[in-house]
Amino acid sequence: MTESDELFGERRAVLSGIGQSDIGRRLYRDPLELTVDACLGAIADAGLNPTDIDGISTYPGGMENPAGFSGAGVTDVQEALRLNLSWYAGGLELPGQLGAVINAILAVSAGLARHVLCFRTVFEGSAQGTKGRAAVMPGGDSRSGGFRATGFMEWLLPFSAPSAAVWIAMFANRHFHEYGTTREQLAQIALNARRNATVNPKAIYRDPMTMDDYLSARMISSPLCLFDCDVPCDGGTAMIVSRRDTVADLRKPPIEVEAVGTAFHGRPAWDQYYDLATMACQDAGTQLWERTDLRPSDVQLAEMYDGFSFITMCWLEAMQFCGKGESGPFVEGGQRIAREGELPLNTHGGQLSAGRLHGFGFLHEACLQLWGEGGERQVPGDPEIGVACAGGGPLAGALLLTRGR
Amino acid sequence: MTTTTGDVPFRILPRITDRNAHFWQGGRDDELRFQRCRQCGYYLHPPAVICPKCWSKDIGVEAVSGRAEVLAFSINYQPWMPGPEVPFVLAIVHPVEQDDLRLTTNIVNCAPDDVRIGMAVQVIFEPHVEDEVWIPLFEPAP
Ligand SMILES: [Zn+2]
Repeated sequence: MTESDELFGERRAVLSGIGQSDIGRRLYRDPLELTVDACLGAIADAGLNPTDIDGISTYPGGMENPAGFSGAGVTDVQEALRLNLSWYAGGLELPGQLGAVINAILAVSAGLARHVLCFRTVFEGSAQGTKGRAAVMPGGDSRSGGFRATGFMEWLLPFSAPSAAVWIAMFANRHFHEYGTTREQLAQIALNARRNATVNPKAIYRDPMTMDDYLSARMISSPLCLFDCDVPCDGGTAMIVSRRDTVADLRKPPIEVEAVGTAFHGRPAWDQYYDLATMACQDAGTQLWERTDLRPSDVQLAEMYDGFSFITMCWLEAMQFCGKGESGPFVEGGQRIAREGELPLNTHGGQLSAGRLHGFGFLHEACLQLWGEGGERQVPGDPEIGVACAGGGPLAGALLLTRGR
Repeated sequence: MTTTTGDVPFRILPRITDRNAHFWQGGRDDELRFQRCRQCGYYLHPPAVICPKCWSKDIGVEAVSGRAEVLAFSINYQPWMPGPEVPFVLAIVHPVEQDDLRLTTNIVNCAPDDVRIGMAVQVIFEPHVEDEVWIPLFEPAP
């Protein structure tokens, strides 16, 4: 172990396996079953048995509301698989959804566990049924009964803004205003995602989409239209974080964790962050690049959160693939971010087209691509360096991953 | 009179507490009120228990002018829940008294397409009298 590895403890961790359940718009299946499908898949992919697992980490932890947001918590999986745990954590006050994986990385780096099972399951598609997103929103069914807004929602719900779509739309509009970003540029995030989804057999939306389709879609909250919003779905995603010195136990060469980013320096509220044209991601991105000698130009693929298309634009800037405010020109035309381009982006179709697996889908895809298991959507050139980033607004966590270096 | 007129739309109202009552009930007296540090003069919003600039707990409540600037906005077309008719404008505005003083609100009494970043606005209250809540909205300044 080198001196810098001692300083940057995340390098003592590797990703050793990934798994995913069936994914569907509405599966109407027990979300715990989806969870264990993903978990057992990841354990087998790593070449391990359930009895090898001595840690669990998950986001957001077990919770009933909003409906469909959490398919299983730590104890659900611990009990289902009867695991003996040396360490575990589940919760949502973290650096984004992938903060749960970063927790696992820290746990194995600290020697608290050897193989940590990380998972995230959603069943928002089934939970919403045919009633749409309003059915699962805070206060969405509250016309009667005297529901009152509290917590951070106190400052948003009274203004009829229950959805991150509306909050993010304001930031996107601010970006358009400050930097001249256009809808045609923003569209490239959605069009690129759909192009990649057409060759992802598990993607929710696989029909080709044109710029005309995008521009004629109904507006949700300007400048975001329907295709700027991700698609709720059902599915579980899992991955195994292992200590690097367990490599002899593993089925395939692990993916190394070169650096993580978890910083957040602004005010922790959707509408109070000092720069309204970016988000917490810029702090996480800055920190990540301070923890490695690799540079943004070394990265061969980027899997970056697209709960709303504009969030990906923020991540492109935050991870310094382009300058601040330059994400519009960077994605213009779409060639640069295509699978054959200089920075293949959201190669599975993102949450916009592949389904809202809520952060974990990006890390799953980054690992899949670095292992060369992308099938028809595999990024050419045997990529060895990638990033996975998740979270929008006051949530952000990023990982820089390498394979076989 | 700076209150809205006509029927009041359904809104999910805030739970009123000792800490936030000055903000949600200031409209009864036609005042937009914020906490303000008595030691250093810093306005705090959302309400807090300590001044983040000088760490004083000596915090009072003061009315501001009600004038503000639009920092960011969106025209919302999606009817998420019962409420104001769509399209309506959601905005982040900053009261002129302090650069980093902000709140999310709706811009009313103008066509949504006429709202601009940088636009000067002023507070207007939507009374929910039975519930003892006055929602601070903003309209174009004259
Ligand atoms: Zn003070």
